[in-house]
Amino acid sequence: MDLFEYQARDLFEAHGVPVLKGIVARTPEEAEQAARTLNTPVVVVKAQVKTGGRGKAGGVKLARSPEEARDRAQDILGLDINGHIVRQVMITEGADIAEEYYFGLLLDRANRSYLAMCSVEGGMDIETLAEEHPEKLSRIEVDPVAGLDPVKAEEIAADAGFAEADRAEVVRVLVLLGEVYAANDATLVEVNPLVKTGDGTILALDGKVSLDDNASFRHPEWAELADESRDDPLEIRAREKHLNYVKLDGSVGIIGNGAGLVMSTLDVVAGAGREFPGSPTPANFLDIGGGASAQVMADGLDIILSDPQVKVVFVNVFGGITACSEVAKGIIAALEILGERATKPIVVRLDGNAVEIGRHILTEAAHPLVTMELTMDSAARKAAELASAN
Amino acid sequence: MTIWLDQNSKVLVQGMTGSEGRKHTQRMITSGTRVVGGVTPGKGGQTVTFEEDPVKVFDSVAEAKQATGANVSVIFVPAAHTKKAVFEAVDGGIELVVVITEGVPVKDTAEFYTYAADSGHTRLIGPNCPGLISPGKSNVGIIPASIAKPGRIGLVSKSGTLTYQMMFELGDIGFSTSVGIGGDPIIGTTHIDALGAFEKDPETDCMVMIGEIGGDAEERAAAYIADNVTKPVVGYVAGFTAPEGKTMGHAGAIVSGSKGTAQAKKAALEAAGVKVGRTPSETASLVREIMEGRG
Repeated sequence: MDLFEYQARDLFEAHGVPVLKGIVARTPEEAEQAARTLNTPVVVVKAQVKTGGRGKAGGVKLARSPEEARDRAQDILGLDINGHIVRQVMITEGADIAEEYYFGLLLDRANRSYLAMCSVEGGMDIETLAEEHPEKLSRIEVDPVAGLDPVKAEEIAADAGFAEADRAEVVRVLVLLGEVYAANDATLVEVNPLVKTGDGTILALDGKVSLDDNASFRHPEWAELADESRDDPLEIRAREKHLNYVKLDGSVGIIGNGAGLVMSTLDVVAGAGREFPGSPTPANFLDIGGGASAQVMADGLDIILSDPQVKVVFVNVFGGITACSEVAKGIIAALEILGERATKPIVVRLDGNAVEIGRHILTEAAHPLVTMELTMDSAARKAAELASAN
Repeated sequence: MTIWLDQNSKVLVQGMTGSEGRKHTQRMITSGTRVVGGVTPGKGGQTVTFEEDPVKVFDSVAEAKQATGANVSVIFVPAAHTKKAVFEAVDGGIELVVVITEGVPVKDTAEFYTYAADSGHTRLIGPNCPGLISPGKSNVGIIPASIAKPGRIGLVSKSGTLTYQMMFELGDIGFSTSVGIGGDPIIGTTHIDALGAFEKDPETDCMVMIGEIGGDAEERAAAYIADNVTKPVVGYVAGFTAPEGKTMGHAGAIVSGSKGTAQAKKAALEAAGVKVGRTPSETASLVREIMEGRG
């Protein structure tokens, strides 16, 4: 889960990282009120969107009075920034920026460790900096067990080339950012820019934080951070049913077991689709995991059949531990549960554990919507053909 | 020979008394694995009987190792307790720790991977993986044993069900060892580790590597193959149709910007001389051609 800037700011503040005051507003009136509360000569109105380039898109504006803050909020709210509609702005104090720096701490998959990236040349897009001036970006591994301790922070600050006079305060702030990372199960904590103000204060001016969804069981407070405004309604419904579903834009609904097999099924369907008029493609990713009970199958089918683009459903199961007999019973029971809501043809391919019984159950049931195929490739072709014809 | 696991492996099951642990311990024993003990803190001294085989439960890995000489441990404990279980296995001197548990916070994995690596004596496989099997010899994890006979193909895969699918398609030719390394962002054993071990294994003639979107493990494996592998390798990559920025089931399976795409992985593997199948079946056919050509 990625956080909005204001949520990152709140986390920073909670861990003692120096930040500017910031108040979220969802209407121009709230923005005006926020500016009045801050009561500084200048405020900044910042679009809250989980995408880069908002400055260029007109999503960050200065205001010199509460009334002006209201007008700027009016301009910014509703803007479309890279496909993200601005629904809230943050009003912050203005800052007297003397220098801009960059700091990021992230999960380094390749090295199975953490990586701190730091530069005294901030205010630039970090990917551009890394590409054009790699020598200006310090990269230091941070041991996951030891964490970002003061010794490591000292090493980072020295390697990045901070001036001697600023070193102690920068180190203090980096250690605090390391605590934000560790205490919140983050996979990314980025400050761009980290700034020094005219009076020498180090401040985190803009923050980006990503949290590890696998850790949500130990962070009940995350429930408040969730933002479903950009999620597809079917994805929200699937989540409520604990289904692993991703909406795509094709016409072949897919249900399978195991993430790898389902990804592969999408590819095989897309490949088969190219042989048919209209080139049908997958409508979704749905992994029902190991336990393909009738209820799980019914929940999955229900969501897929609610997608108006879906013309055919392909159920692709390889029974490792899952018994195909249970999957077959699940499909038949799901069709009973769905009743008249089940209107689209269903192509089924079963293999593996108890496959003979599973196929027998489907043959005996002879449900008019169900077609059985013996291989994944032939089933994908059949599904693509039906999607193309309907 | 096989890699990492054979008929002499003595296996502990951490979390054996839970429902998943119990179910899979039975399956492992049925497929010939020497399960020498279970570990559940607070339940030491109990015995769990699997059909005819009584298996002792110990309070700690150290105690279990001392009593049984175990060298492998497989972990079925819930995600919240996985880190502690791995630390305990490493401290107990276990050589191979296989973490089946899914949904482990990546911070915990980063810590226990580092801890295991720093120990110098523990290889970690997983988390979020189906484990590994050397057919006819030993089976640690949840791979169905009946799917393939012993043979000379080595398989390494991020995906459980694609492992089963591939083993099923090539079941008649058979496998030396099949390793599911898991689809999390940080995993203990990589494609490269397995490819290197298969290259050295005199009983493996050909390797299959199954990858998927996310990270750059496949690209790194491709570079490794170009420089270090002489045996034929066949590849498969899942996720060509995955949209950018969406996690596809596995926590690590995500295309970020232009990074981690299936196209890039396939291209890297092909550039290293690896034949890459477009579907699991085509991949299996490529392996079959190689193996039968050697017949």
